[in-house]
Amino acid sequence: MSITSIADIAPHHVAPGRGGGGPAPTRIVVAYGFWIFLLSDIILFSGLFAAYAVLSSNSAGGPTGQELFSFKTAFIETMLLLVSSYTCGLGALSMERDRADFFHLFFALTFVLGAAFVAIEISEFVGMIGEGAPPSRSAFLSSFFTLVGTHGTHVTFGLIWLGYMMAQVVAKGFRGHVKQRILCFSLFWHALDIVWVGVFTLVYLMGGR
Amino acid sequence: MDGDDILHLHDRTPGVRHGEATADFWTYTAGLVFAVVLTIMSFVVAKTSLLWGPGIPVGLIVLAFAQIGVHLVFFLHMGTGPDHTNNIVALAFGMLICFLVITGSIWIMMNLHANMMPMPHPMGLR
Repeated sequence: MSITSIADIAPHHVAPGRGGGGPAPTRIVVAYGFWIFLLSDIILFSGLFAAYAVLSSNSAGGPTGQELFSFKTAFIETMLLLVSSYTCGLGALSMERDRADFFHLFFALTFVLGAAFVAIEISEFVGMIGEGAPPSRSAFLSSFFTLVGTHGTHVTFGLIWLGYMMAQVVAKGFRGHVKQRILCFSLFWHALDIVWVGVFTLVYLMGGR
Repeated sequence: MDGDDILHLHDRTPGVRHGEATADFWTYTAGLVFAVVLTIMSFVVAKTSLLWGPGIPVGLIVLAFAQIGVHLVFFLHMGTGPDHTNNIVALAFGMLICFLVITGSIWIMMNLHANMMPMPHPMGLR
């Protein structure tokens, strides 16, 4: 693969992607389209962030962030998601080098870390509801569960997608369109980590202080 | 796999490079190290009195933006290459919309809150 790409670069003098040299390859167009989707997803989250920022002080006499949030849990969740982003990147790298064994190893690690994140988040939610802090308790809690729950739902669907991609690699091998889907998945996973940076900063660090 | 690779080669648009290498192991590792350092800094700043009290939210926002930048560059490979021009423009537009939604909402709701008539039961919505 590296030999063909060097041979490809050699005869080509026009900067690609600026109208010279014909339309962009599928790989770049697909990544661009998926990037637009991810940005629209981030805009969805910006609405939820705005709602949380406006409503976070309205606890209606119920429990507040200081009483509910645990720094330790938030830190563990953050690290799980961050390392899963790293292993996902290494998985995509193994795919680019056609190493199916490393790909499966790193994506399995990503799945375990992501699943641990979702499990901790669910136990956190169940604990809060048990302590008398369900979403219906106050505007603060409604916006908290909506924001963090939407992120958790995205991670859960990401895990399903991840398992599906591993199965596709087993069934079909590293074909062109399978590779494109894996690249889209890794973009999705990294974007979820970016959203989580906003969540732990705004919700857990600013609200739990 | 070999046959598939050849197919893929013939499939591509003329005049365009095939499979531009964007990252290696060290890109991701450097990104992870930077992100972990920034995360730990965020938690330390929030937990201790390292920063002047009222300045802590500003410090946290700065650290969050730094970490988002690290993620974009090291994990999503946002670069300055010609392939990335469209992605960067889309990102700039997305950031503009996010900025308008978040600051606009907070600004308007703060104003409404400040101009609210005092109510006899502030918690009357229970």
